[in-house]
Amino acid sequence: MSKKLLAGPYLLWMIGFTIIPLALIVYYGFTDRSGAFTLENILAIATAEHAKALWLSLALSLTATVVCLLLAFPLAMVLRSRGRGAGGVIVFIFILPMWMNFLLRTLAWQTLLEKNGVINGILSALHLPSQNLINTPGAIVLGMVYNFLPFMVLPIYNVLSKIDDNTINAARDLGANSLQTFLYVLLPLSVPGIISGITMVFVPALTTFVISSLLGGSKILLIGNVIEQEFTRGSNWNLGSGLSLVMMVFILLSMAMLAKYDKNGEGSTF
Amino acid sequence: MNQPLIDLQHISKSFDGTMVLDDLCLTVKENSFVTLLGPSGCGKTTTLRIIGGFESPDQGKVLFDGQDITHLPPNKRQLNTVFQKYALFTHMTIAENIAFGLKIKNKSKSYIQDKIRYALKLVNLEGYENRSVDSLSGGQQQRIAIARAIVNEPRLLLLDEPLGALDLKLRQDMQYELIRLKNELGITFIYVTHDQEEALTMSDTIVVMNQGYIQQMGTPESIYNEPENAFVADFIGDSNIVPGIMIRDELVEIFGAKFACVDKGFGNNTPVDVVIRPEDIDLVEPGQGTLSGVVTHLIFKGVHYEMEVTTPDGFEWLVHSTDLFPVGQKVDIHVDPFDIQIMNKPASEDEEAIGVNE
Repeated sequence: MSKKLLAGPYLLWMIGFTIIPLALIVYYGFTDRSGAFTLENILAIATAEHAKALWLSLALSLTATVVCLLLAFPLAMVLRSRGRGAGGVIVFIFILPMWMNFLLRTLAWQTLLEKNGVINGILSALHLPSQNLINTPGAIVLGMVYNFLPFMVLPIYNVLSKIDDNTINAARDLGANSLQTFLYVLLPLSVPGIISGITMVFVPALTTFVISSLLGGSKILLIGNVIEQEFTRGSNWNLGSGLSLVMMVFILLSMAMLAKYDKNGEGSTF
Repeated sequence: MNQPLIDLQHISKSFDGTMVLDDLCLTVKENSFVTLLGPSGCGKTTTLRIIGGFESPDQGKVLFDGQDITHLPPNKRQLNTVFQKYALFTHMTIAENIAFGLKIKNKSKSYIQDKIRYALKLVNLEGYENRSVDSLSGGQQQRIAIARAIVNEPRLLLLDEPLGALDLKLRQDMQYELIRLKNELGITFIYVTHDQEEALTMSDTIVVMNQGYIQQMGTPESIYNEPENAFVADFIGDSNIVPGIMIRDELVEIFGAKFACVDKGFGNNTPVDVVIRPEDIDLVEPGQGTLSGVVTHLIFKGVHYEMEVTTPDGFEWLVHSTDLFPVGQKVDIHVDPFDIQIMNKPASEDEEAIGVNE
């Protein structure tokens, strides 16, 4: 009985800040301004403007996830081979920028990429033509990778560091060369970490609106920006809620697909 | 034809400036069961890893059947290893684990199936093909690790403390299993352990190592009965190691009492170390033995009583006997001449360092 009481504060928190807001979103999503039931807000995703934003979000966040994976796996391998001590220092250096505010970090990229920003400044000093860096899909992907890369590295490093050296030695001993050892032993054993990393990069990247509005300008709208604008500027809570629900379905679907690979739930230990 | 299967020539290896192996030479004959025995940090596992190809020596050569394999990677060597804590692939079934080496070598499906069945039968785990690694007990996992190694038909099997994680009863069963496997397969075994009982039970040849040096190499009987130095005597079984003086051939003086022995060639009046195993000491009525003392300690050990007998010079003799002598009783010590083993005292401090480190 007393143990149940201990869960009380958390339960209140969850009801107040997860369940009630969720119920409100569902309510607004399925009603119009007058409070009557409608599917219009949900179906609004099919309009050209919204569908375009959704596909762009999916494309950019998938790209960012793949780039993160390609950068993170080799890094995690290096960290693993360094062992706990030296690896820990590198992980620490790696996490250090994450202690800075998310907005500040992204704003810093804005200053770097701007038309008259630091990078173009260096280019002109070298008498090279200035580049159009900011307000491009590339800038958004860069921002996503920069902000979310640690979330890919850490779970992969976590599973890799748990693999016993002798497991790798055993593969070598049984005749596997380095590539075969990687393909048949290291890679399959790190799947839980990869899955967990993909989830933790893909989901926030898909829903972000800060990165896209700071680095994508007003020209490139992601689904996150559309929803944000419906709530703040358009003050159409019903449409914003409806689109949010569609997003949630996409996220849940992607999580369900990934969960099939992570049978033991090992990757979620992070 | 008589060349050794493994020939280690002047192997040296150090890690971070610490010498682990120093000019080690060792040959292993085909079809033998050789055990590297020693305390942790003695270099036995490093020796095994050098043979397996997981470490390369700083100096020296590794010959396999006459071929220099010093710089060959592990996957190119005709040998397999059974690792400490098994190192099975947890993302594969038992059958996939066993098939791993054969699949790498592109063997046919039917060949692999036959081999899996044969190997599982050999280790008494028939019908376990589709089980997961996690569902197996430690002893079963160890058998699978052995099966996974032997399906590749290696000429040499390296075993790195394979029974270390098992409980006593299982360990004893597995010792008999390993002897049986060795005899059925005709593969050469090199076995690493710190457990002297394991070494005595299974090996043809025991190599006792300490601090990177080979202390003694020989059959289990010779290692146990005729230890060459105090380290070996102390490490293999319990023993009483006492200072003595070799009066002349076949007569040694211990704490002022003269014992007949069978050792010769130590010269006259030479200081020596004397090894007497606790089970070789007979306790007799006062006046009937060579040295007298008092029983100061008594523990029942199951098979025998373990007693400590303190002699007037203060030395506590460890005695194993099936006869009970209560604490406080005066007794005499008697030792048969052939149960006394004489060793030279270490000539220098350096040699002592190689020997006992306590």
